[in-house]
Amino acid sequence: MPDAPLLSIENAERVFGGGRTMFGQPKPAVHAVQDVTITVRKGETLGVVGESGCGKSTLARMIVGLDAPSAGRIVFDGRDIVKEARGDLRRLSREVQYVFQDPVASLNPRKTIRAILEAPLRHLRKLDKAQRETRLEELMEAVNLAPEFLGRYPHEFSGGQAQRIGIARALAADPKLIVLDEPVSALDVSVQAQVLNILDDLKRRFGLTYVFISHDLSVVESVSDRVAVMYFGRIVEIGPGRTVFRTPRHPYTHLLLDSAPAPGRRLRASEDANTELPDPYDPPPGCAFYARCPRGTDKCIAQVPPLELMSDEADHRAACFHPHEAQ
Amino acid sequence: MSRSATATTSTAESAKSTSSRPSSLHLLFNNKLATAGLIVFGLIVLVALAAPLLPLANPDATAPVDRLLRPLSDGHLLGTDALGRDILSRLIWGTRVSLAVGISATLIAAFFGSMIGLVAGYAGGRIDTLLMRGIDMVMAFPYILLALAIVAVLGPGLLNALYAIAVVNIPFFARNIRGIALGLSRREFVDAARLSGKSHPQILFLEVLPNVLPVIIITMSTTIGWMVLETAGLSFLGLGAQPPQADLGSMLGDGRKILFTAPHVSIIPGLMIFALVMSINLLGDGVRDVLDPRLKSGALTRPVARTAVIRDSVPQIAEPDANAVLDVRDLKTEFAFGGEIFKAVGGVDMSVGQGECLGIVGESGSGKSVSAMSIMGLVPTPPGRITGGVALLEGEDLFAATDERIRQLRGSAVSHVFQDPLSTLHPLFTVGDQLVEAIQAHQSLSGSEARAKAADLLKLVRIPNPAERLNAYPHELSGGMRQRVCIAMALADDARVIIADEPTTALDVTVQAQVLALLDTLRKERNAGILFITHDFGVVSAICDRVAVMYAGKFVETGKTEDILSSPAHPYTAKLIDCVPVLGQPERRLDAIEGRPPVVNKLPIGCAFAPRCPRAQDDCRAAPIPITRFGDGRTVRCIHPLTGEAANA
Repeated sequence: MPDAPLLSIENAERVFGGGRTMFGQPKPAVHAVQDVTITVRKGETLGVVGESGCGKSTLARMIVGLDAPSAGRIVFDGRDIVKEARGDLRRLSREVQYVFQDPVASLNPRKTIRAILEAPLRHLRKLDKAQRETRLEELMEAVNLAPEFLGRYPHEFSGGQAQRIGIARALAADPKLIVLDEPVSALDVSVQAQVLNILDDLKRRFGLTYVFISHDLSVVESVSDRVAVMYFGRIVEIGPGRTVFRTPRHPYTHLLLDSAPAPGRRLRASEDANTELPDPYDPPPGCAFYARCPRGTDKCIAQVPPLELMSDEADHRAACFHPHEAQ
Repeated sequence: MSRSATATTSTAESAKSTSSRPSSLHLLFNNKLATAGLIVFGLIVLVALAAPLLPLANPDATAPVDRLLRPLSDGHLLGTDALGRDILSRLIWGTRVSLAVGISATLIAAFFGSMIGLVAGYAGGRIDTLLMRGIDMVMAFPYILLALAIVAVLGPGLLNALYAIAVVNIPFFARNIRGIALGLSRREFVDAARLSGKSHPQILFLEVLPNVLPVIIITMSTTIGWMVLETAGLSFLGLGAQPPQADLGSMLGDGRKILFTAPHVSIIPGLMIFALVMSINLLGDGVRDVLDPRLKSGALTRPVARTAVIRDSVPQIAEPDANAVLDVRDLKTEFAFGGEIFKAVGGVDMSVGQGECLGIVGESGSGKSVSAMSIMGLVPTPPGRITGGVALLEGEDLFAATDERIRQLRGSAVSHVFQDPLSTLHPLFTVGDQLVEAIQAHQSLSGSEARAKAADLLKLVRIPNPAERLNAYPHELSGGMRQRVCIAMALADDARVIIADEPTTALDVTVQAQVLALLDTLRKERNAGILFITHDFGVVSAICDRVAVMYAGKFVETGKTEDILSSPAHPYTAKLIDCVPVLGQPERRLDAIEGRPPVVNKLPIGCAFAPRCPRAQDDCRAAPIPITRFGDGRTVRCIHPLTGEAANA
């Protein structure tokens, strides 16, 4: 079975809050992630796009074991990682690593870069001093930073350099899969390109697999093999990157693509100001996008549209009863 | 080749000399009161430490013949007490005891309190509840009663008093440290440490504790004085030091009965307690000001209401732009930090016409926000100051106007929309209150009239149910709605120019499109100019008529948006456009700009972009680069531009 997925998420769900108070009143609950099923194949980059609050960061934290799903399974390389992470996170951390959005906040201000990068080598890889030294040099070289930087503190670095250190830390454990949660959105545009190029380079050199989360459609389009679009905790469309961006089927994907600013493009007609995001404490029945959707019908309020294969191409799925036509 | 060359320059640049920030000790000595406290405290500690070496009488030796001698009497500099003991000797030995007890109690309280706080804050959940409710129980007793109860159980004595004071003060540390640890434990570097394979104790003591340490020291420095007082209090009540041992509190207690016949017996230890506690508190406050990160970066220096203008000469405008609402010429703004001058804006010309939108594009640190903030004097002074240029608002020089005139113009003729609407709006007032305030600041309208106008403004920015929404608090609105409220506020009076500083950067793409569309409509409806600051060429294309590209404090290229996007003349502009992925062109290899922008306190003589520029030649570095005009109102600050048209101009 050559094409077995490296990571598969099956019907994952994450509920925050909930339960009952001391007096038996139900507490408000938010479904951050609902019924998400994704597979990631070895060597590919899966892009996840969506707006703030759509659950993409929660999904990322569940994959690396920082958070556990309320229901569903996450299987990495044949192992159920939810159970595994509950017992000991280290085994999972050797294979799945994470790059944070805010490069400066993810580095302890009172630790030198050497101490930060040594931690995974010492605790996850159990390397001795000489091996660590060689590996540190390799890591700094891989992210294109001078070895002299090892003795410095995080505040001495610019955002782009700090993010490269964050990437080096993720690489240190020699993982198979790296989850990148908005890795370039805190960076200046010129630096963003440097970091994206380094990520691309590392992927080819070390045969990595990425889950790349971002709200920036153009960044996701440029890095991803496959793309998943999330809305309100659910995946509304998923498929090969090119297909999803060229022939989006879900109206929400359409709206996203039309709203994204692009150089040389005047403003396109935007939707009405009346449209508000659904209230997460009081989710609407049926399709969560219904209130904003120009194609909605009664069927959309009655039931949640399932994520179904679209006819045009294998592997292109959308959760919509009235999808746009393939052009 | 150019890649490796620029890589080395970036290394060289980053290997800059250590920062010119003054050291903590230096900062402490800047604070006169803290220095005085340090000197007094240091003297007292020195004398107390040297007590065994000093030629002092035995503090416990009684001499009933010499009882109650006045100060300055023979052989007893400070006189004697009711039992004829030498007060000077007892004072110094007593200070030693009081200090030792105070400091040990602080250390014990700090250790256990911080431990409880750290564990509670890091673990959270049940452990937190359990520990903190325990702390609450300790706090539920008045401290002196609790100390009395502890001493009553353990029996009087200095050591027991020390335990009592330490226990009473544990909650103080625990609560302080828990708050900090709670915040730190949710920080990303803690998650990162978990993913690096560190165990919870390792994270707590190796990652969180070093960040909490300054707070522990601050808390200690502000509590030692309090502890010394409490020790004195218990001893005064006879529960601390037991006779014949002297400490400051028991000396005070001894003198109480004879306060009127021999006041010096109680006044002298009283003065000592005062000097000791006062010096410790002054020093402690000084230490806190230096170490507390919230107070560091100049939060204690209050900027004045308007940026200082220090112009050598007022430039005469040869040809004022008749169409321009806002016309800025040769604007220069600087910041002075620790003897160095940072030239954030080094000579910027810009003009905004009626209903026109001018975009300023640049990376962070390029000076685009400072340029915009300089116009209405919103750059904080100190450390900022405007050192040159004029800003004409419909012909009126804003830099020469009075403070009162500027106050009138702010928010009326020139108004601002900032990046983060949540921090721009006051969280405790409804949006209606805030809009009414903005309206009444400039127009004398009654409450109900202003409210009606506020509702009109919300309608103007396309907020549904405006009358109802007036009663909403900012947190009840979505990010896009909040930004609409900010825009409504900017339109409260007859705005001629709106300065919008990254107004859509914090918003989601679909909301961003809505807000951009709104701004675009409003500027046409109201005929107001917009100065739009952004880093995103996509956003520029959506709304701006003209665009200025800024680099290291100067405009390097200006012109019509379409012209610049289709044929950039400056190599920086071209690179800036090429380094961003474009929707619909996923195959494009991103052309990163290697290296980093220069620091504006050490700008080169020639072109600031030359070290990163693939087209740079020797003449680029030799002399300042003049502005070249070409084509349809375009300018470029480059002598080897990319377009032939500019090269031939």
